[in-house]
Amino acid sequence: MSLDVRSRPDESASQRPRRARRRTGGGRRETRGGTTWRTRLRRDRPLILMTLPCLAILLIFNYVPILGNVIAFQNYSPYAGGILGSEFVGFYNFQRIFSDPRFWEVVLNTLAISFFQLVFFFPIPIALALLLNSILSPKVRTVVQSVVYLPHFFSWVLVVTIFQQMLGGAGLIAQHLRDHGIEGFDLMTDPALFKVLVTAQVVWKDAGWGIIVFLAALSSVNQGLYEAAAIDGAGRWRRMWHITLPALRPVIALLLVLRLGDVLTVGFEQILLQRDAVGAGASEVLDTYVWYVGIQNGDFSYAAAAGLVKGVISLGMVLLANKAAHALGEQGVYRK
Amino acid sequence: MTSVVDTDSTAATESTGGSAGASRPRHPQRPVWEEPPGRVAQGLKGATLAVVILVVLGPLWVVLATSLSDEQTITEAGGLVIIPDGITFDAYWRVLSGGVVTRAVLVSVGVTAVGTAISMFASVLCAYGLSRSGSFGHRTILFTLLFTMLFQAGMIPTYLLVDSLGMRDTYWALILPTAISAFNILVLRAFFMNVAPEMIESARIDGASELRILVQIVLPVSKAVIAVITLFYAVGYWSSWFNAMLYLDHADKWPLQLVLRSYVLQQQSLPSSGATSGIDAMGQVPSLAIQMAVMIIAVVPVLIVYPFVQRHFTKGMLTGAIKG
Repeated sequence: MSLDVRSRPDESASQRPRRARRRTGGGRRETRGGTTWRTRLRRDRPLILMTLPCLAILLIFNYVPILGNVIAFQNYSPYAGGILGSEFVGFYNFQRIFSDPRFWEVVLNTLAISFFQLVFFFPIPIALALLLNSILSPKVRTVVQSVVYLPHFFSWVLVVTIFQQMLGGAGLIAQHLRDHGIEGFDLMTDPALFKVLVTAQVVWKDAGWGIIVFLAALSSVNQGLYEAAAIDGAGRWRRMWHITLPALRPVIALLLVLRLGDVLTVGFEQILLQRDAVGAGASEVLDTYVWYVGIQNGDFSYAAAAGLVKGVISLGMVLLANKAAHALGEQGVYRK
Repeated sequence: MTSVVDTDSTAATESTGGSAGASRPRHPQRPVWEEPPGRVAQGLKGATLAVVILVVLGPLWVVLATSLSDEQTITEAGGLVIIPDGITFDAYWRVLSGGVVTRAVLVSVGVTAVGTAISMFASVLCAYGLSRSGSFGHRTILFTLLFTMLFQAGMIPTYLLVDSLGMRDTYWALILPTAISAFNILVLRAFFMNVAPEMIESARIDGASELRILVQIVLPVSKAVIAVITLFYAVGYWSSWFNAMLYLDHADKWPLQLVLRSYVLQQQSLPSSGATSGIDAMGQVPSLAIQMAVMIIAVVPVLIVYPFVQRHFTKGMLTGAIKG
């Protein structure tokens, strides 16, 4: 390897014969890892070909739309020539966004729902995992796990419909309250309760599934640590504080990083389903706003610009949160 | 809860020869050094788990019970039925004997089957292609994949692209834009990377092609993760409704989730047009039993597949969580 890199004056003029020599006597070199990119390409061509179907789909449906974001800098109209024919307007659409009070309301609402969920959803899987981990009977654990994972695989339409059937104006609870003379119970259309409602739905659907990573982390803890601590006189709670929680810390850090990157993303399908029932005032989040302005009202350029702002901020948030995780000594999403 | 623990320990006591204490037997799984929990703590734990299970399964039970009840029982209950009085499959027959819901079920099954096949084909190949660290270009391709997780193109450009490709009002619009999940590929890749490298190396020396190694060596030992990822993709196709709403112009192409949304969640009346039998003929808001039957039909495929895949979750997810 070092021979190849260091260019000696007497050899630099005779590159062609050198390469020929190397090909004939290349066996020793290759075993030392000194393969050229040509041989590596030839060796790995089948592997690269295998990634092509996937890459083709990604290029068409992920990367072409990324380029399609140029319409955020245009006054796009599908009738006036499309992307190629529309007039460029620079940052005009971004000026419109940033001076639009409705946009800022929507951003604030998105952040509010996001942080509400961070506080009231995030700890629940951890608590459930700790609880389940303390159950000794494997039978009970398996049954509980199978049940609580299940709602994760239900569609949002189904989950919202189930909530409507339970908590809505014609739902189970309203129906029983009416029997006792209490009218007007309906949690599904109350704008003031919307944050609580969507968080409750997320908890019902995904809190159970969320415990799976924590259980995995808990099962990898060296059980000898607990025994040693117990013999040294550490009680149940001290063992949890000094052994269990530190074992969960990398997982918690990783999930927090991912959550921060998604801080502007709150359940698009879930919220769009309930937008009409609750009203856009309480329920509009960035994604539904992009849908409403772009698809419903046909202002494609404005909506694309709003979507682009969201995408760029989200990317920045992940990188930033990951940096913070590294600074705190955690691994984060990717290694440095 | 406590009863389950007790039965377990009595079973173990019998097998070990009855060495446990008389008043409160020690759980066989509990290490000797661990102090047994108090009765209150044990009771609280059991109660919490019972509530959790009730909250998950209770609503499903009510929906199922109502869908199996006749009109009279529903009227007497004043709506949803908790304890059914006799079972009738009337609602299911009416919904599934042709008409809107039947068509929607077929559409959903078709989209899910074709979509999952395409997704799994592309994902497994890609994950295997990326599974040998140090192979040519694997870092670049991996980055191309990962970047789609970090930065989303956004709804509007994607919509315009699908539109300009002429996929509007076709089922391809429900499949191709969401066919690849980078996360799923990472989980598959992490699993493939753990397949014994000696086996792969010796097969290569024997002259097996990469495709043959994948099919004959790697896939047979990766059944757990294949099952889990197939379920992930299938559930994704089965559950999504937004793309269908966005790209399908005609209601007769709707998948089940969109039908569920319109006729159950939004309480729209079913179209009365057409001579087809079943609920088309009614032209009114469908009865509660029928609404609940549609909900159950939307869950049943998940419930059928779930038990077979469920036991693989931890294994499949674990490798992904650790290495991804």
